[in-house]
Amino acid sequence: MRAFARLYAALDETTATGEKIAALVDYFRSAPAADAAWATHFLIGRRPKRLVAAGKLRTWAAAAGGVPDWLFDESYHAVGDLAETITLLLPDGDSAADQPLSFWVEDRLLGLRGQADDVQRHELTRVWHELGRHERYVWNKLITGSFRVGASAGLVVRALAQVSGVDQGTISHRLMGAWDPSPEFFQRLLAPDTRDADISRPYPFYLAHPLEQALDSLGDAAEWLAEWKWDGIRAQLIRRAGRTFLWSRGEELLSGRFPEVEEAGALLPEGTVLDGELLPWAGGAPLPFAQMQRRTGRKTLGRKILDEVPVVLVAYDLLEQRSEDVRGRPLAERRERLAALLASTPSAGCLMLSPAVEARDWAGVEAARVRAREAGAEGVMLKRRSSAYGVGRRRGEWWKWKVDPLSVDAVLIYAQPGSGRRAGLYTDYTFGVWDGDRLVPVAKAYSGLTDDEIRRVDAFVRRNTLEKFGPVRTVKPELVFELAFEGIQRSTRHKTGIAVRFPRMARWRTDKRPEEADTIDRVRALLDAGL
Amino acid sequence: MTLLRLTGRGLYCEAGDFFVDPWAAVDRAVVTHAHGDHVAWGCRSYLTSAPGVAVLRRRLDPQARIRGVGYGETLDLAGVRVSLHPAGHILGSAQVRVERAGEVWVVSGDYKTDPDPTCAAYQPVRCHTFVTECTFGLPVYRWPATAPVFDDIHAWWRTNQSAGKATLLFGYALGKAQRLIAGLDPEVGPILTHGAVERMTAVYRDAGVPLPPTTHAAAADRSSWRRAIVIAPPSAGGSTWARRFGPQSTAFASGWMAVRGARRRAGVDRGFAISDHVDWPSLLEAIGATGAERIWATHGYTAVLVRWLRERGMDALALETRYQGEREDIADGAEELPVPG
Repeated sequence: MRAFARLYAALDETTATGEKIAALVDYFRSAPAADAAWATHFLIGRRPKRLVAAGKLRTWAAAAGGVPDWLFDESYHAVGDLAETITLLLPDGDSAADQPLSFWVEDRLLGLRGQADDVQRHELTRVWHELGRHERYVWNKLITGSFRVGASAGLVVRALAQVSGVDQGTISHRLMGAWDPSPEFFQRLLAPDTRDADISRPYPFYLAHPLEQALDSLGDAAEWLAEWKWDGIRAQLIRRAGRTFLWSRGEELLSGRFPEVEEAGALLPEGTVLDGELLPWAGGAPLPFAQMQRRTGRKTLGRKILDEVPVVLVAYDLLEQRSEDVRGRPLAERRERLAALLASTPSAGCLMLSPAVEARDWAGVEAARVRAREAGAEGVMLKRRSSAYGVGRRRGEWWKWKVDPLSVDAVLIYAQPGSGRRAGLYTDYTFGVWDGDRLVPVAKAYSGLTDDEIRRVDAFVRRNTLEKFGPVRTVKPELVFELAFEGIQRSTRHKTGIAVRFPRMARWRTDKRPEEADTIDRVRALLDAGL
Repeated sequence: MTLLRLTGRGLYCEAGDFFVDPWAAVDRAVVTHAHGDHVAWGCRSYLTSAPGVAVLRRRLDPQARIRGVGYGETLDLAGVRVSLHPAGHILGSAQVRVERAGEVWVVSGDYKTDPDPTCAAYQPVRCHTFVTECTFGLPVYRWPATAPVFDDIHAWWRTNQSAGKATLLFGYALGKAQRLIAGLDPEVGPILTHGAVERMTAVYRDAGVPLPPTTHAAAADRSSWRRAIVIAPPSAGGSTWARRFGPQSTAFASGWMAVRGARRRAGVDRGFAISDHVDWPSLLEAIGATGAERIWATHGYTAVLVRWLRERGMDALALETRYQGEREDIADGAEELPVPG
C-alpha cells in the first residue's frame, strides 16, 4: 500500500494539474493490475460502504491513543478530519512489510464487514499499530468512507487515457455502470479496441459566456432567441442502439439517478441526443433547487421521494437526429425539429421543451430578466438563432444573463472552526438580523472572504468570544457583512421560518455598525415579494 | 506569597525584584531567549545566558545593558538564587530556575527536547513549580524523527532542480533557519539566505556553531538560483523579494505543518513538520522529569494541558500571557524585532 499512499500524498501536495496527472500515470504504469483496479475505484469516488460508525472509531482510537474522549474531541477540532486525527494521535506503526493495496482492501478492510464490535475493534487497533503514518492515513480514509483526494474523476480518466492510449470518452464509458475492481476489469479498461464505448458517447457541451456588455451591442433583437436560464443539472440524454444514457456536464454518467427521465428517453427514436436541464418540476413550474438536492443526496430512490420530487428534462437543443450529427445546423432549425420530436414522443411530461421567452425587443428581454425569479429561473439565455452548437465556452453566439443576487446586511453572531484546509481557523459563520432588539440567525456562510479577511475575522472571534458551546463560539455582535444569496423560501426547519439559498459573504461592511444591519421584516418582505 | 506572580507586565519575582520575559519595559528583565514575544525593549537591564548575549544584542538597542551568565551558574539577587539552564529551543535559550528558602520554580520559556546541533540540549531541572509553554499541547502533535524530514526536504529540492525551479524554504530567521541550514547537505546545491537569516546566521557562526557555507541571496549569482535552496523568514513569502527567484517551489518548516489543514492554509507548496517546541509526548515527559507538583501553563493549548494534568490529580493553572510560541501564520512577524513600548 506504500505506493498508493505515496500517490495519495503526491496528489495532495500539488495543485498543478500536470503534476497530478504525472503522479497518476506513474502509479498506473507501475502498480499491479489488482491494485490499479482498486485505486481507480477509490480515486473516481466510489467509496467503500462505511464499515464502522464514526462514533465507535472515535472511542476506539481515543482508547488506543490513551486519551480521554474530551481530548480526542479537542484534537479533532484542531485537525478537522477524523481520519487524520486518528492518524496523528497514535504513535507511528512499525510498518516493516509492505503489502499490496488489494490485500489491504480485500483481506483486511472488507474482512471487517459484519464482524462483532470487539472483533472490529481488535482488528482496527492492530492495523493502526502496524501501519506507518501515510499508509494509516489512507487506511483511515477508507474506513471513514470519506475518501476524497485532490484529483477529480476527470483527471483519473485523463491519466488512464494517457497510460493506455485509449481516448478519454472510451475510458469514461468503461468506468460507468457496475464493475468489480478486479485485475481483469482493469485490463479491459485499458483495452485498445474502443467500439464498445462509441454508443454512449455524449457531445462536448456548448457553454454560454456571461453577458458583460450592453444588450444593444448584440445587434438586432430579432436575431436572438431568449430562453430562461434554469438552475438545475445540465445534461445530455442519449438514445442509441436500443439503450439510454444520461450524462451530466461533468461527463458523469447519471445512470439510475433519474429513472423517470431515462424511461422517457427510451421512447425517443433511435439515434437521438438531446441537450437540456434536469429540473425538479411540479404543477407547471420548477421546484426550488433544495428539493433537487434532497434527491441527489440519496443513494437509493424510494417511491416517496420520486413522487414528491419528480424530475424532468427541460430540453433546449437537439444534437443528433436519426443518427446524424445536426450540431452544425442553425439553432432555429434544431429547435423546430426538437419541438416536433418532443410533441410526438409520449413522455408523460418527463421530456419538455424549454419555452422561449417572449420578448419583442431588448427592453422585453430586460423585463424578462426581472421576472426570471418568478418563473423559477436564475436569469435569461440569449442564443443567436443562426448559431451552430459549438464546443466549450465561447463568446459571441450564446450568452447567459443572470439576475442580480439578493442581499441583506447581517451581523456575525456565531463562529466555528472550518475543516480541511480551514481547520483550526474560525471560518464558518452564522449571521443574524434584527428582530426587535434581538439578533435572530438568518444564514450560515463560509465563502466569499479573502484569506486575509478570514485571518482578521478569526482574530476578532478569538478576542471577542462571549460563550463557547463545544466548537461554536458566540461572538460580540459587531461585524456586519453583506450576504448575497440566490433565493429565499419558507422553511419549517429554520427558527425564523426562512431559508436562503447559496448564501455567501459579498462584502465585509466595515462602514456599518451592527445597529445598521437589516431587520427580519425586511428579509420577510423579500419572501413576500415572491423572490 | 508565591515566588513568581503574573502582573500586567509579565511574570514577576517580588523577592528578587525582577521579571522573567516581561512584555513591557521594566527595571530588571531575565530573558529566556531572544524571540520577539519574549523580549521587551527599553528595560534598564537584561540578564540572559552567556551564549544568548550576542543573539539578544542583535535584537536590542546597541546601548542595552545585557549581562550573560553561564548555564548552571548561580546568581544571588536579593536573597533569591537564580540560574539559567539549557532549553534546547534556539542558541542561548534558557529555562530560568528561581530558588528561595528551599522552594524552587522553573520557567521554561520555549523549549524542545529533540536534538538540535545549533544549540545546547534541553536539561530537565527539578522544581516544585514548573511554568511551561504548551504551544503544541495536543496529542496530535508528535514530531517525526528529524532525519527522514530532511530526506524529504532534499528530495523536494532535487525535484525542483530538475524542474528548473528555485527552492524557497521558509522558517523563522532566528533559530529555525539555522537549524534548517545545519541539516542541509551542501552537496545538493548552493544554500542562499535572506538578509534577516544571514545576519542571524553570522551570529551563530561567531558563536562557533558549525554550519555549511551559505551565501546571502543578494550577493549570489543569478544563474545559481534554480539549483539553490533559499532560506527566508515566513514574512518573505509572496513578496517582491521572493518573486525575483522566478519559477519556484515554496515550503514552510513549522510544527503546524504536521496537520494537513495548516499546510493547505499556509499557501505554500509543501510543509515540513520541524518544530523548536516540544510535542505532546515530550511535553508530558518534560513535566514529569521536573518532579513538579504545580504546573502553570503560559501559552498554546493551555486549557487542554491544565485539564489533562488536573485529571491526573496535579495542581495546574493556565496563565494569560502574551507569548505566542510558534505562529501558524506564514506571514507573521513573531521573529521580527519586538515593538518598543
